[in-house]
Amino acid sequence: MEMAKQEWKFTTKDIAEKPDLFLSGHRACAGCVPTTVLRLIMKALRGPTIVTQATGCMEVVSSIYPYTSWAVPWLHTAFETAAANASGIEAALKALKRKGRLKHEHVDVIAIAGDGGTYDIGFQALSGAVERGHDFLFVLYDNEAYMNTGIQRSGGTPKGAATTTSPAGTAIPGKLEYKKPIADIMVAHEIPYVATASPYYWRDLLEKVRKGLEVEGPAFLHVLAPCPRGWRSDQAKSIEYSRLAVETCVFPLWEAVNGQYQLSVASKLIALAPQKKRPVTDYLQGQGRFRHLFSPQNKHLLEDFQRITDERWRRLLAKCGVSAKP
Amino acid sequence: MSAREKSWKEIAPAGVCSRTSTTFLTGDWKTYMPVRDLEKCTRCLLCVLFCPDGAIHWKQEKSDIEFDYNFCKGCGICANECPTKAITMKVE
Repeated sequence: MEMAKQEWKFTTKDIAEKPDLFLSGHRACAGCVPTTVLRLIMKALRGPTIVTQATGCMEVVSSIYPYTSWAVPWLHTAFETAAANASGIEAALKALKRKGRLKHEHVDVIAIAGDGGTYDIGFQALSGAVERGHDFLFVLYDNEAYMNTGIQRSGGTPKGAATTTSPAGTAIPGKLEYKKPIADIMVAHEIPYVATASPYYWRDLLEKVRKGLEVEGPAFLHVLAPCPRGWRSDQAKSIEYSRLAVETCVFPLWEAVNGQYQLSVASKLIALAPQKKRPVTDYLQGQGRFRHLFSPQNKHLLEDFQRITDERWRRLLAKCGVSAKP
Repeated sequence: MSAREKSWKEIAPAGVCSRTSTTFLTGDWKTYMPVRDLEKCTRCLLCVLFCPDGAIHWKQEKSDIEFDYNFCKGCGICANECPTKAITMKVE
């Protein structure tokens, strides 16, 4: 498929005027940012699209029988199969096109999964699908635990976070392991496009979705999506946390095109003016899952959180070719 | 929808969802409702984009925004993110 590779320009009004393809009336909790992420993603489509989704909050809340919130063709099978579904859909579209039975010139395929369906359960399917080079966009909305089944820890849960399977108490101070750098793992698969995004920087998010769709071959988009229920935070502040995660460099925004790392605007500004980098406590404060880190005996955990954040930020700057300033 | 419930022979097989969720009103979940100060609002439309429920609509013909209280769950994201603090949450 040949498509003009001109840059997609849009105003806030253009996006607000676009009809929602992820409809109101879904049964998500109040203040659920993953639904904001899905609404925004569905506004960045460029044509006919098929969405496939792994089990997770967003699958459950959007398709409670007999209601559906999807205004596009949508498929759900099992927890581990988002990427496998996407490869099957893409292969079927290819076959239909070869036989001349496809009405459209091109159909985009988007696979959506949460952190459980990406980091842990769906990982082998994802790894296989991108290795086979199917042309699809994989969107990971990362709310940092299995929120759907009651806040169990996942590979995406940061160290120190209290979940129901890693409760903070006298035995352990929350999760003991670090968050898996999934986006870097996807870059290591040598796929054409990998990016991280945060819904507060919605323009950046929309551009990255569009880029991921336009690119030939697999694309991976990691979106941070705060969950007020699971993070034990104020529901009104969920979008604010998606901003603070970027400002504290806990979740820096970058994209890797053909393995070439590049910082996105919001994080680049921090790289150029390091005094703008905020301490991680700004992000952790107010989140109930990190409340125990602020007690005196857990001071070392708070310092460790800052240390791993700085360490990963330094490594990212080196990959992006930006010299790290103190 | 017909008055009679469909039998199992008539419904879509394998649990295919057949109705749009816009017929399921989630507005009665809320305790607080957003109220907008028309003077302060600059129509920046950030609330339209950030609303998790798509309950704030941009009405082109009025060139103004409108809350859809049928779907608003009262989370307060719009009030928190409003750059001019034109939205306040009031008890319903």
